[in-house]
Amino acid sequence: MRSQDSDALPISIRGVTKTYGAVHALDDVSLEVKSGEFITLLGPSGSGKTTLLMVIAGFTRPDCGSLKFGEREVIRTPPHLRDLGMTFQSYALFPHMSVAGNVAYPLKLRKLQKAEIAERVEKALETVQLGGYGDRRITQLSGGQKQRVALARSIVFEPRILLMDEPLSALDKKLRDQMQIELRHLHEKLGMTTVYVTHDQREALTMSDRIAVVNKGRIMQLASPRELYERPANRFVADFIGDSTFLPVERSGEQVSYGGMPLKFVQAPPDTPTLALMVRPERIVLSSEGPREGANNFAATAVEVVYQGDSYLLHARLDDGTLIALRGGVRGASLSALPNVGDKVTLTLAPEDTVLIDGSEA
Amino acid sequence: MFAWLKKPASETQITHGQRLWLYVLAVIIMVLLVTPTLIVIPMSFSDSQYLEFPPRVWSLRWYEHYLSSPEWMLATWTSLKTAFLTMLVATPAGVLAAYGLHASQVRFVRAAFLFLITPMMVPLVLVAIGVFYVYAQIGILYTLFGLVLAHSILALPLVVIVIGSALKSYDMSQENAARSLGAPRWKAFVTITLPQIRFAVVTAALLSFLTSFDEVVVAMFVSGGDNPTLTRNMFNALRDQIDPTIAAISTIMICVTTFLMVLAQIFGQQRAAKD
Repeated sequence: MRSQDSDALPISIRGVTKTYGAVHALDDVSLEVKSGEFITLLGPSGSGKTTLLMVIAGFTRPDCGSLKFGEREVIRTPPHLRDLGMTFQSYALFPHMSVAGNVAYPLKLRKLQKAEIAERVEKALETVQLGGYGDRRITQLSGGQKQRVALARSIVFEPRILLMDEPLSALDKKLRDQMQIELRHLHEKLGMTTVYVTHDQREALTMSDRIAVVNKGRIMQLASPRELYERPANRFVADFIGDSTFLPVERSGEQVSYGGMPLKFVQAPPDTPTLALMVRPERIVLSSEGPREGANNFAATAVEVVYQGDSYLLHARLDDGTLIALRGGVRGASLSALPNVGDKVTLTLAPEDTVLIDGSEA
Repeated sequence: MFAWLKKPASETQITHGQRLWLYVLAVIIMVLLVTPTLIVIPMSFSDSQYLEFPPRVWSLRWYEHYLSSPEWMLATWTSLKTAFLTMLVATPAGVLAAYGLHASQVRFVRAAFLFLITPMMVPLVLVAIGVFYVYAQIGILYTLFGLVLAHSILALPLVVIVIGSALKSYDMSQENAARSLGAPRWKAFVTITLPQIRFAVVTAALLSFLTSFDEVVVAMFVSGGDNPTLTRNMFNALRDQIDPTIAAISTIMICVTTFLMVLAQIFGQQRAAKD
């Protein structure tokens, strides 16, 4: 599938720490990015994800730690000798040059022949679907086109590593969705090891081979999108990726129970001092015929019903006072069967959807 | 004309008529500002031995006198040389300083900035006296070198402020982009940053030229001997013998200064238009 896998380089980050005064922007971070992998650093603002990217790019010198591209230690290499492509949140295009001038810039620095530069520039522009745009001025481009030029510029010299710092955050939603798929396809075609930074969890889930969730300068979990969503390592990850409600549970031996009711589950709970039951709004179901055999049932009172077009959202209060959210489909009869505010309802959770996670606050 | 008075002058629906008093006031202020300067122009074309206004007989004799006087020519030459060299010293130094302050993340950037612009805030005569004593000690009084150095100190704050404000509206991530694409930092600055602040650089260069060319207080103290500036000689001439040569020189200086200021304005506007 990936045509240039042999050209991509793995990245190995070990024990990288960066402090600003008393603040740990990065706290002993280690991360192995496989050759040709698309990895996303996902986290809230101020989590350290951008700092980590800047360390890889060479704009931030960490206090300690090691950084290797393949076998080469680069922690002391200045940015211009690291030979990696990078796109910036603000695009950082050069407004005093034409589109072609921007894309040709890295090639001119590498002292390529004029004819070859022209050829590669055009090819790169075609790759990002901007063939024939070379003579345009940067100011004449739309946001999406600017993003493509920035991308063309960062891949035209065929770097083996590509870094992207929130490249889509300035685009509107439709264009962003489209660009996500396009970037993903481009990655499959070019096969560069890619480190992508975003605070948008959906973007991360859509694009990545693996996601590193970053918080307070640490990597909370490194996993595939599916594993991250279905089996979050702790409450922070569960809360940051998707919506969820946490219910306190007690463990006694092999058994885990909520409010005295033993829970049925498939996946063994983690071996941590406390546990919590993670309930995703789209996994818990409104049962119209009362408690269901073979599932976990919760008695609750409907508090609010919100119609949202493609789905509805039901807020219900469990008997212990916890407010729980439930998202349901609006197909056919389910809409007319919606409860009224104040109605007693039964919520059911299948054993496969009963996910127990580390209950401590990360 | 009256229709114009009833037209709105701004988004707030105020008409030009309601603003009329403001326009009149503005014209009065401008006249007050400019008249003392402009009055020397007719005086310079007078045939009289003394400064008089308005002149009764017109003549170019004082221009001839100025152009044929070796003393005045030496002073003019000194002023031009000093101004040009000041521009060559202060502009690069100021650009680098402003860039350093802008790019640096250290805590005392603010303090360093204030330090750099102190020559602008301290009374000029204090700077002049200080420079005079230092120069006397190290023996560069009345030299071109000393004069250029002193004027560069005065021009530096202007350059730092002009370049600093240009850099504020400049996206430094462009320079990072250039570096990630393979440019060493100096090259990223020269090929990416500098072309985009070029109008500010030209403006700053013109202003530093003018700072030196118009300067009189420091020049009174540290220029002289073989290197008297035009402004210094004018001041002395005014004190000793009042003749209209001064008016002729003033007229020429006004023309030069105005020309350079207009140039600086044009470059400033291009900068604004670009943003």
